Amino acid sequence: MIRLNHLTKCYGKFTAVDNIDLVIPSGELFGFLGPNGAGKTTTFRMIAGILRPTSGSVEIGGIDVAQRPLEAKARLGFIPDRPFVYDKLTGGEFLRFAAALYGQQGPAVERRIDELLELFELDRWKDELTESYSHGMRQKLIISGALVHRPEVIVVDEPMVGLDPKSARLLKDLFRQFVDRGGTVLMSTHTLEVAETMCDRIAILHGGKIVANGTLAEVQAQTASEDLGLEELFLKLTGGMRDQQLDTILDS
Amino acid sequence: MSSVIRPSVWTVLTPKWRSALARLREEQSGSGGRLLLLALVALIFWVAVFGIAYRVLRYFRSVEDIGNLMAAKVLGIILLAFLSILLLSNIITALSTFFLAKDLDLLVAAPISRPKLYAAKLAETVVHSSWMVALLALPIFTAYGIVYGGGFLFPIVALAAFVPYLVIPAVIGAALTLILVNIFPARRTRELLGLVATGALVIVLVILRFLRPERLAQPEGFKDLVDYLAVLRTPTSPFLPSEWTASIIMNWLLRVPDPWPIAKLWIAAPLAVMLGALLHTRLYHLGFSKAQEGAERKLRRVIRGPITGLLSSVSPSKREFILKDLRLFFRDNTQWSQLILLAVLLLVYLFNIKSLPLHSGEQVPFRLITMISFLNLGLAGFVLAAVAARFIFPGISLEGRQMWLLRSSPLDPGAMLWSKYWIGTVPLLVLALLITVFTNWLLHASAFMMVVAVGTIVLYTLAASSLALSFGTLYPQFGSENAAQIPTSFGGLVYMMSTLSLLTAIIMIEATPVMAYLRMDRYGGELRSILPELIAAAVLIIGICLTATTVPLRMALRRIEMMEW
Repeated sequence: MIRLNHLTKCYGKFTAVDNIDLVIPSGELFGFLGPNGAGKTTTFRMIAGILRPTSGSVEIGGIDVAQRPLEAKARLGFIPDRPFVYDKLTGGEFLRFAAALYGQQGPAVERRIDELLELFELDRWKDELTESYSHGMRQKLIISGALVHRPEVIVVDEPMVGLDPKSARLLKDLFRQFVDRGGTVLMSTHTLEVAETMCDRIAILHGGKIVANGTLAEVQAQTASEDLGLEELFLKLTGGMRDQQLDTILDS
Repeated sequence: MSSVIRPSVWTVLTPKWRSALARLREEQSGSGGRLLLLALVALIFWVAVFGIAYRVLRYFRSVEDIGNLMAAKVLGIILLAFLSILLLSNIITALSTFFLAKDLDLLVAAPISRPKLYAAKLAETVVHSSWMVALLALPIFTAYGIVYGGGFLFPIVALAAFVPYLVIPAVIGAALTLILVNIFPARRTRELLGLVATGALVIVLVILRFLRPERLAQPEGFKDLVDYLAVLRTPTSPFLPSEWTASIIMNWLLRVPDPWPIAKLWIAAPLAVMLGALLHTRLYHLGFSKAQEGAERKLRRVIRGPITGLLSSVSPSKREFILKDLRLFFRDNTQWSQLILLAVLLLVYLFNIKSLPLHSGEQVPFRLITMISFLNLGLAGFVLAAVAARFIFPGISLEGRQMWLLRSSPLDPGAMLWSKYWIGTVPLLVLALLITVFTNWLLHASAFMMVVAVGTIVLYTLAASSLALSFGTLYPQFGSENAAQIPTSFGGLVYMMSTLSLLTAIIMIEATPVMAYLRMDRYGGELRSILPELIAAAVLIIGICLTATTVPLRMALRRIEMMEW
């Protein structure tokens, strides 16, 4: 379970995340949508304990991240939008290190590492330095790293970027099975089709505020847009590019 | 289609100087206390360098005929040493600025002419590689100007002599890098360069060693005065810009009308830039393309067995953290290849200690032997500070891009700092003890002096290591693509100044009571009369070192906890 209470983050005078309240219960896959700069990544980094909120709080599994950070983080698997890993470690060593950060070691971890690498078709690359990995391979490696300690909650920022269609499908199935077994997934995506097909509920973030929240039907009802699909709804709530502006740019 | 307007060199450099200004504004908007402290430490350092240079030059000036020649010779040697540092620094920097920097994709894709791109990147290389040398040269040049009455035009002359002196090694460094990148892919070259640069510096060190500058201080070692004067008059390195720069400055100060050195320098520098631009135009595109290839796939070493055994009582997170840092260190040749350089430096140092004519049968004053023991402590302290700057200071900066993993995991920031501290401190302590015990043995130091030196160096090493890690955390360089460049940052300079100030304070506190004890031991006297002074000095040094160890680490821990990525 993830709970955000009046979560706010300011950078000087700029408010990136503005008083967000949200509860994502166990067994739910929740989609966070919004245009670039809406505050999605900032929110995720506050949940992961990388950024400190200006005000408000974050709870993971009922534990406050600011009050008891180590206990809260032990339940979390965080997958960032940019897959930075140590270039001079092999894939296997990186996963062993990631598991050790959560206090896990031994034969069970080694088995888990092999299972994950096999699942993501990285087993052939286990003993290769990650500096030779492609973007997609690094993305799969950090996803494996977030799963190696069997988290209760997964927070994932743009998971599909850089993945081939087969891996993207695998990830969708993985997240679905994870929530079916009682886990919680909070995911941001710009691929509205992914959000529509995968997520139990969605929130649309704009200017640091949640402008709509619920199932697709509930969001349609909240905005009196029952006849609109998610793409039109998204553009309506976040302000799409006007034809006139496009003409100006292309004609100049 | 509108006509294409090519951007100027200044436009290409805009993000750089604007970023520098923004950083400066950020620094100014921060706490005033920190800025004041920085200014104070910098002032102490500059005053110390100026003070030493001033006293030495005043002495030279007082010696008729030979004095001026010695001043010129010393300037030539200093500039030659700087030149070797600049060449090494430029080779490393040029690889980053020309081939690995993040802005290159944007710049190479833009319609910028090759000579302009070269000029912009060369300017960036000169600034990054030379600012520390320039800061060090400032008090030395000032001392020359004041002692020899250089007049109000002297700063302009010094600048005219110094700027082309900085440009030439940058052009050579960039050209060498360019050629190497065309032969090897950049990521491999970075590793190769570590070895090439180390080799180059070793040669320079050996040359310097063979010049034996200490001979100049011992005229009695020469056959006669004519022989001594001949050595002083012979240029140290007539074909190097360091000699031309030294000649320009000394000619101005001694009112010698010789236009040749300035002509040579001002012809050589622009000519070098032109040749460099030509080479760049021919080779850069292919080299840059190769630089994008070359990631390494093969794994060379596996470090586990014995170290895992040693760390069996440590928690899994700390153990894997230490193993991870060891792997990253030994798999990156740019890191460990500098250990070779360190070994050479140490050998030169030990050779020098051994060559001291202290125990050759002649009667050497007791005061001189004690002074050399303290000087040895100071030099060992300086070497350790420099080693910590290179290997411990970058610790936190190197985690930069991976910090998302560390901060989102339940890893205690204190455990991270603990691992980083001990992984750097243990080898540094071993090195410190090796240097101190061995040099004191070579100096035939008494048991008391050995205990003092070992005790001092252990306490100082604990503090220097803490200062390196803490300043590296307080002034992180998360964007840096090269570990060797990280200590050359402003934070690195502040660390060096602070650590050397600590070293000076320690030596000053213990010098008087220790000398009093040694005098008593040699000539007889009451131990009781100096015991309180000895105990007070020991307590003070223990207090200062423990404070310098714990307080910065606490500050660093707080900084890590407050850091945001």
